[in-house]
Amino acid sequence: MIAFYVLAVVMLASAVWCVTAKKPVYSVVALLLHFTALAATYLTLNAEFLAVIQLIVYSGAILVLFLFVIALLSSGVAPFAAGPNKLPRIAYPLGLFGLIGLGFLTWALARTAIVTPAVSPNASPLGPVGTAGVFGSVGDFGTALFTANLLPFEITALILMVAVIGVVLLAGDQTPYSPTKRRADDVRREMREAILRGGDQ
Amino acid sequence: MNAMAVPIANYVGLSAVIFFIGLAGVVVRRNPLIMLMSIELMFNAANLLFAAFARAWLHNAGHIFVFLVITVAAAEAAIGLAIVVTVFRTAKTVDVDDVALMKG
Repeated sequence: MIAFYVLAVVMLASAVWCVTAKKPVYSVVALLLHFTALAATYLTLNAEFLAVIQLIVYSGAILVLFLFVIALLSSGVAPFAAGPNKLPRIAYPLGLFGLIGLGFLTWALARTAIVTPAVSPNASPLGPVGTAGVFGSVGDFGTALFTANLLPFEITALILMVAVIGVVLLAGDQTPYSPTKRRADDVRREMREAILRGGDQ
Repeated sequence: MNAMAVPIANYVGLSAVIFFIGLAGVVVRRNPLIMLMSIELMFNAANLLFAAFARAWLHNAGHIFVFLVITVAAAEAAIGLAIVVTVFRTAKTVDVDDVALMKG
């Protein structure tokens, strides 16, 4: 109970920091804090495997990718580090619109009775919560993923492959294609000539 | 500890507020990197809701869905960052207002 509210405050504060930070690097740090708090929230919700992949995939892979891109783009041109900073005039009516939307959502949520079954955790058909092999454990998740949800899992693999191909096409080597052996020979010849020139680079 | 001592409405409210913060980030900020990070915020707000309802119903379909969303988010981040790098190579700017190549 206490844990939820502490984590909620951390998540809200870091989300606001992420959106309002001037430099993208600070946004990444705020997002890291947000994701860590979210992983802890997953733990309180008995979603152990989700907490682990949240840390590994988001904090470990995606945020490092963001950091690399920031470092790459900042290296050549100076102005990028500060980032575009001006707030367009249209931002204010849009912000008002967002606040109205948020107020409406809060009002609707307050009026809605959210239906959840009256399950006592200890009386669930899956067994007592918190012990191995029951709801939220890695075994439970894996069984569901590889039996009932095998096709979505395979489609996930396809999506990742499409993403990899797309990234290589977009940001990969921009030189025209040449057969591998010839290009290797070219590189070797250039290195030989560079050495013969006398190592002035 | 009984996690459902926290009523589900609190998770719904927290998720809604984080989603709107992310939406505001996408709409207001002009830096594509911060816009991408705001999109990640929105993904995670939805994920939190999936996990909370999975816990409320004691059914792990929500966990499976979070797994799929994380995969799609990873693919989206990779493609988005590749596009940012490509645009920066050609346009030499990262202000999305200055990138108007496809404007009619």
